[in-house]
Amino acid sequence: MVLLEVKDIKKNFGKTEVLKGVSFSLDKGEVLAIIGSSGSGKTTLLRCLNFLEHADSGSFSVDGETVFDAAVEYSDHEIREKRLKFGLVFQSFNLFPQYSVMENLTLAPKLALKKKKLSAAEKKAAIAEIEQKAAELLARVGLAEKRDAYPCQLSGGQQQRVAIARALALKPEILCFDEPTSALDPELTGEVLRVIKGLKGEDRTMVVVTHEMEFAKNVADKVIFMADGVIEEIGTPEEIFEHPQSEKTKAFLNSSLEKMY
Amino acid sequence: MGFVEVTLSLLNGLEQTFLIFALTLVLALPLGLVISFGSMSGFKPLAYITKIFVWIIRGVPLMLQVIIVFYVPGFLLGTPLFTRFGSVVAAFVINYACYFSEIYRGGIESIAKGQYEAGQVLGMTKSQIFFKVVLMQVVKRILAPMSNEVITLVKDTALARVIMIVEIIQAAQNYAAYGLMWPLFYTAVFYLVFVGLLSLLFGFFEKKLDYYKV
Ligand SMILES: Nc1ncnc2c1ncn2[C@@H]1O[C@H](COP(=O)(O)OP(=O)(O)O)[C@@H](O)[C@H]1O
Ligand SMILES: [Mg+2]
Repeated sequence: MVLLEVKDIKKNFGKTEVLKGVSFSLDKGEVLAIIGSSGSGKTTLLRCLNFLEHADSGSFSVDGETVFDAAVEYSDHEIREKRLKFGLVFQSFNLFPQYSVMENLTLAPKLALKKKKLSAAEKKAAIAEIEQKAAELLARVGLAEKRDAYPCQLSGGQQQRVAIARALALKPEILCFDEPTSALDPELTGEVLRVIKGLKGEDRTMVVVTHEMEFAKNVADKVIFMADGVIEEIGTPEEIFEHPQSEKTKAFLNSSLEKMY
Repeated sequence: MGFVEVTLSLLNGLEQTFLIFALTLVLALPLGLVISFGSMSGFKPLAYITKIFVWIIRGVPLMLQVIIVFYVPGFLLGTPLFTRFGSVVAAFVINYACYFSEIYRGGIESIAKGQYEAGQVLGMTKSQIFFKVVLMQVVKRILAPMSNEVITLVKDTALARVIMIVEIIQAAQNYAAYGLMWPLFYTAVFYLVFVGLLSLLFGFFEKKLDYYKV
C-alpha cells in the first residue's frame, strides 16, 4: 500500500535549481535510503517534505491525502498540522540543551495538549500518557537510565538516539533522517544505525539519507541515488548496489568504496 | 559633621540612586526586548527606523539625554512633561533599553538555526519556540554582557545630579560645598557594596544555569 507519493518536486534557491523534479513513492513499512554525493539535493528534499522549505512546484501525499501542493498557500496553522505526518532527525541532533532528556521528548507533545480543550482530569491523563510513552521510547533507544541527564552529558550517539525518540514521541507516519551518523565518531555510528534498523522491525516507514552504504544495502527496501537534483537511479538495494545501470551511479559507488578501504 | 550624620544623609542619597537603578532595570529590560524585535523585524522600514533610533540613543551622552528630556518639553510645550525624577527615569529607561536591545539581538541571533527548526518539525508555534526553546538559551548567552551593563547602570545613576537630583554623589557634594571632602570618597564604599551584591547575584544566576551548555 502506497503511503508516501512524491510528485515532481522542484526547488530553486535563487537561480540554482537544487531539485529538478523528484518523484517517487514509498509503501507503508518500507525503508527508503537516499544516497548521492554532497550537494545533490538530498537535504533539500527532506526539508521540503518536512515543510522547512516550500517547494516551488510539485506535490506530495500521505495515505492518499494531498498534504502539500506547491500551488497552494498554507497558513502556519495548516503547516503545523501537516508536518506532523513527518518526523525529522537532523545530522546535528538539535536537542534542546536546557531540557533533560525526558523533557526533550515531552515538551512538544505537552505543548500540543494546550491547544486542545480538555478537562483537568483528561489533561492529567493525557500528560501521564505522554510521559509513559516517552519513557517507553527512551527504553526503546536504550537510554532509559538517562532520562534525567542533560544533552551536554551525553555522547553524540546517545544524543542522536534521544533525537530519534523525540521525533517518535509525536507519532509521525514517516520518519526522515538526514545523515544521522555523519556528525558522529565512527565508533558511535553503530549504536544509532542499530536503533534505526530496529525501528524497521516495528513496521515504521522511513526515509534515510545516508553515506553508510552497508546500512543502505542491508536495511533499505528501496534505494534512490540522487545526482544534481534528480533521481538518477531508483531500485532495490541489489539493483542499485550490484547492478547499477547509470554511469553516475557506478562512479559514485566506486568512489564511496574507495573511501571505505 | 559626624560620621553617623553623614552616613544617614548619604543613605538618603542612596535611596534615590537605588530607585533610579531599580526603575530603569524593571522598565528597560522588557522595553529592550521590544526594541530588539523591532531591529530584527522582517519589515525593513521598522528595522531601519529602530536601528537609527538605537544609534542615536547610544551615540549621544546619557547626561545630555537627561537634560533634553527634562528641559526640551518645557521649551516646546511651555510646561515640563516630567518631574526631575521622572525625566531621569525616562531618559535612563530609553537609553538602557537600547543597550539591552543590542545585547538581546546578539544573543538571539547567536542561537543556532537548528534549534528553531527542531521546534518547527515538532509542530511548535513560533511563540512556543521563542519562549520554550530559544529564550533560556539566550538568557544564558547574555548573562555576562548584561551583568556588565547592569553594573554600569549603578554608576551611571550619578548623572542624575545634572538636573539636581540628590543621589548619593550629590548628597556628598553638598558637604564638599562646605569644604568637607571625605563624604565624597566615602560614597565609593556604598557603590562597592551595591556592585558587590549585584556581582554575587549574577554569579548565583550563572551557577543556576550551569547545568546546560549552549
Ligand atoms: N538555503 C539555501 N540557499 C541557497 N542554496 C542552498 C540552500 N540550501 C541548499 N542550497 C544549495 O542546494 C544544493 C543542494 O544542497 P543539499 O540539499 O544540502 O544537498 P545534499 O544534502 O545532497 O548535500 C547545494 O548546492 C547547496 O549549496
Ligand atoms: Mg545534506
